[in-house]
Amino acid sequence: MFAFILRRLVQSAIVMLVVALVSFSLFRFVGDPVASMVGQETTLAEREALRESLGLNDPILVQFGRFVGRALQGDFGISYRLQQPVMELILSRLPATLELALVSGIVAFALGITLGVYTALNRRGWLSNFIMTASLIGVSLPTFLIGILLIWIFAVELQWLPSFGRGETVEVWGWKTGLLTPSGRASLVLPAITLGLYQMTLIMRLVRAEMLEVLRADYIKFARARGLTNRAVHFGHALKNTLVPVITITGLQLGSIIAFSIITETVFQWPGVGALFINSVQFVDVPVMAAYLMLIALVFVIINLTVDLLYYAVDPRLRVDRAAGH
Amino acid sequence: MSAPLLSVRDLIVEFPTRRGTLRALDGLSFDIAPGEVLGMVGESGAGKSLTGAAIIGLLEPPGRIAGGEIRLRSERIDTLSPDAMRRIRGKRIGMVFQDPLTSLNPLYTVARQLTETIRTHAPVSEAEARKRAVALLDRVGIPAAARRIDDYPHHFSGGMRQRVVIALALCAEPELVIADEPTTALDVSVQAQIIDLIKEICAERGASVLLITHDMGVIAETADRVAVLYAGRLAEIGPVREVITNAAHPYTRGLMGSIPTLTQETDRLVQIPGAMPRLTAIPQGCAFNPRCREVMDRCRTDRPEALTTGEGRQVACWLHADDAQEAARG
Ligand SMILES: Nc1ncnc2c1ncn2[C@@H]1O[C@H](COP(=O)(O)OP(=O)(O)OP(=O)(O)O)[C@@H](O)[C@H]1O
Ligand SMILES: [Mg+2]
Repeated sequence: MFAFILRRLVQSAIVMLVVALVSFSLFRFVGDPVASMVGQETTLAEREALRESLGLNDPILVQFGRFVGRALQGDFGISYRLQQPVMELILSRLPATLELALVSGIVAFALGITLGVYTALNRRGWLSNFIMTASLIGVSLPTFLIGILLIWIFAVELQWLPSFGRGETVEVWGWKTGLLTPSGRASLVLPAITLGLYQMTLIMRLVRAEMLEVLRADYIKFARARGLTNRAVHFGHALKNTLVPVITITGLQLGSIIAFSIITETVFQWPGVGALFINSVQFVDVPVMAAYLMLIALVFVIINLTVDLLYYAVDPRLRVDRAAGH
Repeated sequence: MSAPLLSVRDLIVEFPTRRGTLRALDGLSFDIAPGEVLGMVGESGAGKSLTGAAIIGLLEPPGRIAGGEIRLRSERIDTLSPDAMRRIRGKRIGMVFQDPLTSLNPLYTVARQLTETIRTHAPVSEAEARKRAVALLDRVGIPAAARRIDDYPHHFSGGMRQRVVIALALCAEPELVIADEPTTALDVSVQAQIIDLIKEICAERGASVLLITHDMGVIAETADRVAVLYAGRLAEIGPVREVITNAAHPYTRGLMGSIPTLTQETDRLVQIPGAMPRLTAIPQGCAFNPRCREVMDRCRTDRPEALTTGEGRQVACWLHADDAQEAARG
């Protein structure tokens, strides 16, 4: 168990190092940092002095080492565009993104599993057929189109829900949350649906396929042959086996929810890190782009680690603590 | 013969398909007496597993019972509601499947699977169920049962897992155990042990057994009577000794001939030419007629009924039409 976690941690560190290398090379290949910092009238000598003071003349490896060292302390430099520490910028935007991703992730997960199980158990029912057909639309429509459609129906035509922003927020222990105010919650609805719809249909289709597969397994046949109730067979035996492979994919989906939030945040002008990133790209604000890249990588690494541990907790076959007895 | 425990009459199982209905079991009849071990043999696809599935009420749709009846202690069970049938499964009819490696849920301990089954059929506490489970595991020959019960299936070897499967099939004390090729997936060295265990433990409890297998050797050693299936029909049924030494149906003779250890002259191995027909192309008359060495004109047009030729002995073959009349008279 301990060795397993250790191995995973080392792998994660390697992944992060590779991403750091990519982020670092952004500075070298996308624009000239000195040019982005100084004005038109700065002399060449001054530029050279600045270059020297920033350490840009040092060997690459030394520069990379410095970059990683600073990143570990949460120092990603100053935003070219906003002239604020990048870390501060990201931290102030992070609650918005995390709340959006978490709410849509939970909804997608809960609904996806429920509908997946339902459609697998009632394979021939008309409601199942309807859900499956509707889900095809869910996977094939692009996110921005769904967002725009929702805005058109619920914000413009019906005027039930706001179409942009986060609504009112309150600060709880330094965390700016929109979950505690009515306008904050109302503002969350449309973006959360937009962001979660694709993931939900994906999870649903996956759960359905997995569940149908499991229902054909010998141990399910044997469970039925022992006279266990349908409930025990479906929810005690089949569902748990279904969830083992679903956990992995779903975990990765949660990662992509955060990554995908760029589009949703842009459509709904949601003040999160995704929107921050898009604006940074327009202004070639390399420090922010680099930090965002590292942040997303970190999210994926953490989710992967959690998924592995969950997997380990659910599936006893991975716990090879005792040798097979004969 | 005493009143049968299980009685199958004219059982028909069909699969509706787009290109017509396939009749996989066609007019199958047989009885199993209390405490009796009935062996069931036949080529692959003869309908052995379907017979087991039909009896225990687990035919996979679209397969369905299209005719005949199945009685357990003279109560009809093929027409019961799904929930009533569920209560019979495990409690009155137990089933052991072929592959012990895939028969157990990998995510639950043996204890959890056993106590769950026991408590489904008997109103006992968790502690009592566990006590019974340990005793049962001990009985089926799991060493250190009290400790091993908390292990997961993957901690057990194939033979041990089949013992666990047997414990699970028997934990609610069924009157009838259907064992569908219980040793095919096992190592040769443990096959005999498992068969002996099933036989012993069922004898101990007075349970009857329907033992489905390809292995005539196993049948010879274990079963009281044997039923021979061909293309979803009964070819012959009778006491094991009689059927082996004096097979009445040409198909059975061919089948016995292909087991070298059982024939006296092992140098001459009888082979049955051809293959069993597909369900879409069952010949008219006797299903076996194109492969039969002793085929007569009548066999190509009229289907032979199962004729009683002796005590507990039936054969579906026109060769024995006269014997049957004699048996009926005498
Ligand atoms: N779902 C199905 N649809 C159509 N035909 C089926 C279906 N299931 C089984 N059959 C047919 O029923 C027949 C009997 O199958 P069964 O599994 O009972 O054979 P078996 O005697 O147990 O063979 P084996 O020795 O290989 O286990 C086969 O011809 C098979 O093709
Ligand atoms: Mg079979």
